[in-house]
Amino acid sequence: MAQHINKKARFHSLTANRLLDGEPVYLTGDNGWSEVLTDAVIADGKDEGAKLMDIATQAVKDQHVVNPYLFDVDVDGDKPKPISVREQIRATGPTVRLDLGKQAS
Amino acid sequence: MYRYDEFDHTIVKERVTEFTGQVKRRLAGELTEDEFKPLRLMNGLYLQLHAYMLRVAIPYGTLSGTQMRMLAHVARKYDKGYGHFTTRQNIQYNWPKLKDVPDILADLATVEMHAIQTSGNCIRNVTSDQYAGVAAGEIDDPRIWAEILRQWSTFHPEYTFLPRKFKIAVTGHSNDRAAIKMHDVGIIIVEGENGEPAFDIYAGGGQGRTPMVAHLVGEKIPARDLLHFMDAIMRVYNMHGRRDNLYKARIKILVHALGAEEFARQVKEEFAKGGAGEDLKLPDGEIERIRAYFAPPAYETLPDTDAAYEKALAEDKAFAQWARTNLADHKVPGYAIVNISLKPIGGIAGDASDAQMDAVADIAEAFSFDEVRVTHEQNLTLPDVKKSDLYEVWKRLDAALLATPNIGLISDMIVCPGLDYCDLANARSISIGQMISERFADLDKEHDIGELKVKISGCINACGHHHVGHIGILGVDKKGVEFYQVTLGGSADENAAVGDIVGPAFTEEQIVGAIETIVETYVANRQDGEIFLETYRRIGIDPFKETLYAAA
Repeated sequence: MAQHINKKARFHSLTANRLLDGEPVYLTGDNGWSEVLTDAVIADGKDEGAKLMDIATQAVKDQHVVNPYLFDVDVDGDKPKPISVREQIRATGPTVRLDLGKQAS
Repeated sequence: MYRYDEFDHTIVKERVTEFTGQVKRRLAGELTEDEFKPLRLMNGLYLQLHAYMLRVAIPYGTLSGTQMRMLAHVARKYDKGYGHFTTRQNIQYNWPKLKDVPDILADLATVEMHAIQTSGNCIRNVTSDQYAGVAAGEIDDPRIWAEILRQWSTFHPEYTFLPRKFKIAVTGHSNDRAAIKMHDVGIIIVEGENGEPAFDIYAGGGQGRTPMVAHLVGEKIPARDLLHFMDAIMRVYNMHGRRDNLYKARIKILVHALGAEEFARQVKEEFAKGGAGEDLKLPDGEIERIRAYFAPPAYETLPDTDAAYEKALAEDKAFAQWARTNLADHKVPGYAIVNISLKPIGGIAGDASDAQMDAVADIAEAFSFDEVRVTHEQNLTLPDVKKSDLYEVWKRLDAALLATPNIGLISDMIVCPGLDYCDLANARSISIGQMISERFADLDKEHDIGELKVKISGCINACGHHHVGHIGILGVDKKGVEFYQVTLGGSADENAAVGDIVGPAFTEEQIVGAIETIVETYVANRQDGEIFLETYRRIGIDPFKETLYAAA
């Protein structure tokens, strides 16, 4: 799988795809899953990131999500903001079809 | 066109039932994702950036109006009203829900369609020339041989777990429209003994991170030995192809490592092991049975010119512009091959809406003996249109926004889905294609530039064929930011070549300007009648480097 985190980056959030429809979802502070990136919990440092990954691994076992991974974020106020273009697009939808994906709803 | 026999019907039906059960077990928690993933991939179901993606096979790019209408139905009922035609002559749906996929496959099966062998390390959908059977000068109809290869390769137990995916293309024409030499195996039909077709077989071509042009490994292989010879190639590859390294597993790496001569020798040795190969030889009756499915339709005897067509050309400038680029010569007098561009200016290459697919199905039924082709350049073709019907066909295409007059011109690009959809992509492709298309939108300017194939990939896997673009664009990621590397001088035709990297990559803001500079450099240097590729081959890369990087 592609690398989504940079060694030097401090803050991460965790994303996965929902099993039923493949929708990108984000792990929230109450161990739930949200379709909205800004709902994602922010891990400060490696250890907190690993804890999020443990929760996600269980969610994979429980048939909620697939393909979980951590990605780099900046902290904007108390909300995560994705750094890579990939995660920005994933959080919104195709940049060439603004009528599709999360941005459409 | 080929019609399913009882075996085809049975295996497709059984596969739908099997996968329906697998999805059910997955959703019930009886299969883990690790267990399920290889199963879904065997049924063309990927997980992409925003959703699942289903890739449906269109064998050798040929489909009927009924099948096209089913593709529209799937787009409308289960997806978001459109589909994406690919360089493998397939169609992809970008938003199916896992729970719906069994129903989609069941619907497709009602019109003899499926998603088998559109993924995984098997022999993939065999591709072919979109002008198969209708181009003047063709040695034989490649669809016959593509169909024979389809039957041989479908669920072939020996070739279900190859070291890596395996792509075969077939053409019956000396003008290569199927990128034969960029495939794992490319087959060119040539004249054999006693007027029978024979095959020149090329192996070891491919793109990706290690682009290579295929080598001739079998010359004038007799028709009846086709499968015997293919078995020999597959066995050498299956035995010696690398399974330890994903990036070195394609047959091109093996052919390169052994050398083409040694590879060909091993294939011949393997071929000889089959003895006279009687059990592997194609029975005459079988070849003729398949050939009969592709018998020419009931063409009318017509004069080659049509007064009404000529009049429309003279009186309707927009029609004449379209006819100039989008028509090709047909082997039968009074008929033409119609190309439907899926590259509207500023649009998304290869995308068609459900309404457009329905419109194409209607037009094909009414005017082209109920047949449509998908091209590897992400366009559609109506192979058999009477010249007297061309004006009406054009009007109907135009009403469906399918009459962009740009086949072969700079805005007729191959563009992969890129980072807007693809999980593997490093950069966006579609948006770059749109910007280039808009920059060169002036049709007179496009015609002045002439034939120019721009191909764009969003990552090194090269689904957008950038290596063989006259101008190739490769999206790369530099610390989360998109950059674009440019190659020049590639070609996928009978003179196939891999392009040369021109220099350091450009930013998203710079790339369209860079393409414009490249085109200007060509225009300034071209001699009478030279297309871009000819000028490039004559003057080399240096003049382009100079104009691109002079200011730096």
